Amino acid sequence: MQENIALTETTYYILLSLYTPQHGYGIMQRTEELSDGRIRLAAGTLYGALNTLCDKKWITPLPVETGSRKKEYKLTQQGLTVLKHELKRLQQLVMNGETVLKEEL
Amino acid sequence: MNTHKTVHRLVWVWNFDKEERWLNEMAEEGWVLESVGFGTYHFAACEPGEYSIGMEMHACDHDYIDFVKDTGAEYVGRVHRWIYFRKKTIQGNFNIFSDIDSRINHLDNIGKMLFTLGMANLCIGLANSFHTTPNIGWINLLICALVMYALGHIHEKKEILKRDRLLHE
Repeated sequence: MQENIALTETTYYILLSLYTPQHGYGIMQRTEELSDGRIRLAAGTLYGALNTLCDKKWITPLPVETGSRKKEYKLTQQGLTVLKHELKRLQQLVMNGETVLKEEL
Repeated sequence: MNTHKTVHRLVWVWNFDKEERWLNEMAEEGWVLESVGFGTYHFAACEPGEYSIGMEMHACDHDYIDFVKDTGAEYVGRVHRWIYFRKKTIQGNFNIFSDIDSRINHLDNIGKMLFTLGMANLCIGLANSFHTTPNIGWINLLICALVMYALGHIHEKKEILKRDRLLHE
């Protein structure tokens, strides 16, 4: 796994939302809630991203319960590692921004 | 007062965004898309601005349609690979895509579909030009030229997004 990849905002929030298992609509709601309504994932974007993330094994679908057609997903150990790397990267971004612009803030 | 109306209209494939805008303008005027056919749009009367419309090219996939329906949208219908959805505006903004990557990916898929269509017509056109009388191969060659023209438009749209993507998501 590459150590220095930057996740897109879409990927970051999907992974973050899946720290607890969610279905598609749950991920949209969780993302909107976490970002204070700034990010509203659209269905087509989310569907494509979920498939890609499953292929990469950063998330995994949970077995579908009988009588429910809604598929739930959860973060994998690998996904959690990616998320932690990203958090470190973001912390560095913020720290550098604050250091350089300290006079402006 | 009429509660239904039908509009016949042909839209070039590279103008799919204009088509979506037009369907949304109709919804704002109180006519929501009820069903679609090739070049035919059936509308039903609704409250002005009650619905917004989304459309995209996607392989026939019930799993996907169910997924979108679970987010509160209604499935309106499909024409070939183009799927139409609508959603009540009271449930918030409705878009099929929310980032540049997925928009580029969508254009990529349209491009691949056009390329296959173009190549098929080129092969049939060339084969017919040499083998059949009366010669009807030119029809396929004409379609091929048109498809290549469409491909150019799609490519241009994709390049604009890619340039944006260099700077931001």
